[in-house]
Amino acid sequence: MFESLQTGLQSAFKSLQGKGKLTEANMRDGLQLVEESLLEADVSYSVVQDFMVRVREQALGEKVLLALNPSEHLLGIVHQELIALLGPVDNSLHLKSDVTVLMLCGLQGAGKTTTCGKLAQLLLHENKKPMLVAADLQRPAAIEQLHVIGEQVGVPVYSEPGAKDPVKVCRNAVAKARSEGVNVVVLDTAGRLAIDEELMDELRRIDQRVSPDQAYLVVDGMTGQDAVLSADAFNKALELDGVIMTKLDGDARGGALLSVKHVTGVPVKFIGTGEHLDALEVFRPEGMAGRILGQGDVMALVDIAKQKFDEEKQRQLEEDLAKGQFTLAQFRDQLQQIAQPGLMQKMIGLMPGMGGLTEAMQGEDTESAMKRLMGVIDSMTPQERSNPKLIDPSRRHRIAKGAGVAGHDVSGLLKQFDQMSGVMKQFAGKGMGDRMRMAQQMQNSGMLDPGARMTKTKQGSGKRLSAKDRAKAKKLREREIRRKKREQRGGGEVRAKGP
Amino acid sequence: MGLFARIKDGLKKTRQIFNTDLRDLFKGEGRLVDDDFLKELFAVLVKTDMGGEPARRFRDRVAKEFRGRVIALDDMLTSIKAELHELISQAETPLHFADSGPTIIMVVGVNGSGKTTSIAKLAYRLHAEGKKVVLGAGDTFRAAAVSQLSVWADRIGCEIVKGKQGGDPASVAYATIAKALEINADVAIIDTAGRLQTQSNLMQELEKIRRVMGKQIPEAPHQVLLVLDATAGQNAISQAKGFSEVAHCTGLILAKLDGTAKGGVVIPIIQQFALPVQYIGVGEQLEDLDLFDSQQFVEALFDGLG
Ligand SMILES: Nc1nc2c(ncn2[C@@H]2O[C@H](COP(=O)(O)OP(=O)(O)OP(=O)(O)O)[C@@H](O)[C@H]2O)c(=O)[nH]1
Ligand SMILES: Nc1nc2c(ncn2[C@@H]2O[C@H](COP(=O)(O)OP(=O)(O)O)[C@@H](O)[C@H]2O)c(=O)[nH]1
Ligand SMILES: [Mg+2]
Ligand SMILES: [Mg+2]
Repeated sequence: MFESLQTGLQSAFKSLQGKGKLTEANMRDGLQLVEESLLEADVSYSVVQDFMVRVREQALGEKVLLALNPSEHLLGIVHQELIALLGPVDNSLHLKSDVTVLMLCGLQGAGKTTTCGKLAQLLLHENKKPMLVAADLQRPAAIEQLHVIGEQVGVPVYSEPGAKDPVKVCRNAVAKARSEGVNVVVLDTAGRLAIDEELMDELRRIDQRVSPDQAYLVVDGMTGQDAVLSADAFNKALELDGVIMTKLDGDARGGALLSVKHVTGVPVKFIGTGEHLDALEVFRPEGMAGRILGQGDVMALVDIAKQKFDEEKQRQLEEDLAKGQFTLAQFRDQLQQIAQPGLMQKMIGLMPGMGGLTEAMQGEDTESAMKRLMGVIDSMTPQERSNPKLIDPSRRHRIAKGAGVAGHDVSGLLKQFDQMSGVMKQFAGKGMGDRMRMAQQMQNSGMLDPGARMTKTKQGSGKRLSAKDRAKAKKLREREIRRKKREQRGGGEVRAKGP
Repeated sequence: MGLFARIKDGLKKTRQIFNTDLRDLFKGEGRLVDDDFLKELFAVLVKTDMGGEPARRFRDRVAKEFRGRVIALDDMLTSIKAELHELISQAETPLHFADSGPTIIMVVGVNGSGKTTSIAKLAYRLHAEGKKVVLGAGDTFRAAAVSQLSVWADRIGCEIVKGKQGGDPASVAYATIAKALEINADVAIIDTAGRLQTQSNLMQELEKIRRVMGKQIPEAPHQVLLVLDATAGQNAISQAKGFSEVAHCTGLILAKLDGTAKGGVVIPIIQQFALPVQYIGVGEQLEDLDLFDSQQFVEALFDGLG
């Protein structure tokens, strides 16, 4: 949906190439694009204006106008400014030696209750003894929701059935925590509108009577322009100590975080990246800056790549690539690493400019598609694998039959390999960031479109197989989907048995 | 307080902001329409969350018609209202009921947008109109989601079909329709777990729920309502796109319009996806739901100005 800012800037400055210098007027066009992009990312209008003053000052300086690659230079300035505004980083919960009380507050549905559970899990990992407190007496079944979450994590939950006054519940909870050797108390308050005087007053009363050590505002990552108003109101009522932004596992650019940070000035602590209770990540301004600019989070991608990919194999691949080698066997290795459950989606979500790809893959079961591709490679002889040119129509037929796919799927794979090997060789010796940028450019130019190809593979295999093979393939596919579903959603149940 | 008054009350906060901002543009009698003026106008429009592009269109239209002139408030408002109407004018779209048998309504949306509460409000409304309503607690994933809807069903006094926590949402949907058929209900409303439009597995699950619904009543679900949070920004466009493609939404509910958020993002959504906004949510209680009316929406935003 959104064209990335980088592409926009490149085309805005394109007309200049060869003509040399950038004029102030050209730069103003570029700045206009930056402004539009930030509004598109849901940064509040007033915050965008302040931000642009800072960027404009630098962008109209001599250095940028003379830069060889003005779009990158401007983007660099914007990125740096964003990082500066979103930082400095302070992920600490500032725990005291006895009992620390954390309070979460925010609008309705922002993710407070879930985040309580996530914090509890984090604290448990740090060998603390957390306790959750059900202070939302408004929403139906809110108390039960927190109890379920507490059970999943394996931490105690304090609640008073039928209670009417959250201030009292919180006070009693803290007293109980002190007597039971709990180190951290997390208060789950009811969602409220910043203009609801009565409920804001209730929050102030909890603040005064229970004096939480840290008050965090939980903000939905999809929030729009209203972020400045509500964050300001919560900050005025409570003097916030930190911010947590949730639901960043989707495609929201999360510009509201810039607004919240701008009006409150308090550090962003964590981001929520999923419904499961382990989906809480420490905040990194670099990643967020990229995200707001629609460029994805390259650093996080590198992290995941490091975590999930076999390091030895990657190193070997790098070496081979440097020698100009890329074989089908290596292609298969790459596929296998990517075919890990849930990984592909996570990575694509983080990749710059790959939003379109996520869309292209809607309805396509990526991991099974990868497995099918691997199956094709597995049906080849070692000779064929090292020299795919050997594959004539009769070999192709044999391979297809062995892998349970149609003949043109084999040709499709070979074509894809051909393109990939070109790309991979270009990647050789480049850092991850450069690769991502190249991948993005290729995707924009239509060179890389694995989504579309995979769909084709799938449709093709449906037509030509025998009924028996079809049934078999379908069963496999379904089993795969079921397994994946369990992994995706059943995680909570597994955790429920918990520590 | 009557329904209408309450909605106006809910919208008032929205209106106040909009009005104050617009009024600021008109200190004194009239103002020269120049760059500064247009910039301020753009700011006011963008703050509604309508998005940069629609706001630019508004601004450019005012620029084209009025630049260099000193204009009065009335002219300005007439221009903006006219265009706003042009963009979102739609017939009032009440729920469409099946010719015979129960009408099946499926409710979808991202996490925390207000689905379950909106279902309760809608059920309450229909129940009050004398319709027999069955609720289906199809959110088997989120902690205590079933209890949440059960509490509402008890308060309304309507039937509810529950599944097991962690169970298959499609089978809850199936059982709900079976129940609706069995007791001759007029309406069945089925809740679903919140999900992000980018989660393809979970989106496929919606497709499956739809499919299973069609087994007993081929036309079911008759309506698929997407609940949008009025505080959401431009991502709501992606939500509308994702959910309408997979779940074939027939209409929208705009929840949480009682805050300071303006919900202007429905303007591009109505335009791009031809999805009518059917209801608005203006509070957390059962009565806090009303039909969306574009006329009223626009008028309410500018109330007292023209
Ligand atoms: N102020 C206000 N709050 C609302 C409105 N609609 C829902 N809420 C509140 O928003 C929060 C989330 O609402 P739910 O109905 O649970 O949302 P949901 O979409 O079912 O959420 P999940 O099932 O968790 O994805 C609750 O605290 C509701 O009370 C509204 O119109 N105005
Ligand atoms: N996708 C996603 N969903 C989340 C995240 N955090 C919370 N949720 C979901 O958002 C909804 C509302 O969360 P909840 O904790 O009940 O919000 P509260 O009303 O602020 O307490 C629930 O469906 C949660 O599962 C997140 O980081 N990502
Ligand atoms: Mg809650
Ligand atoms: Mg719900």
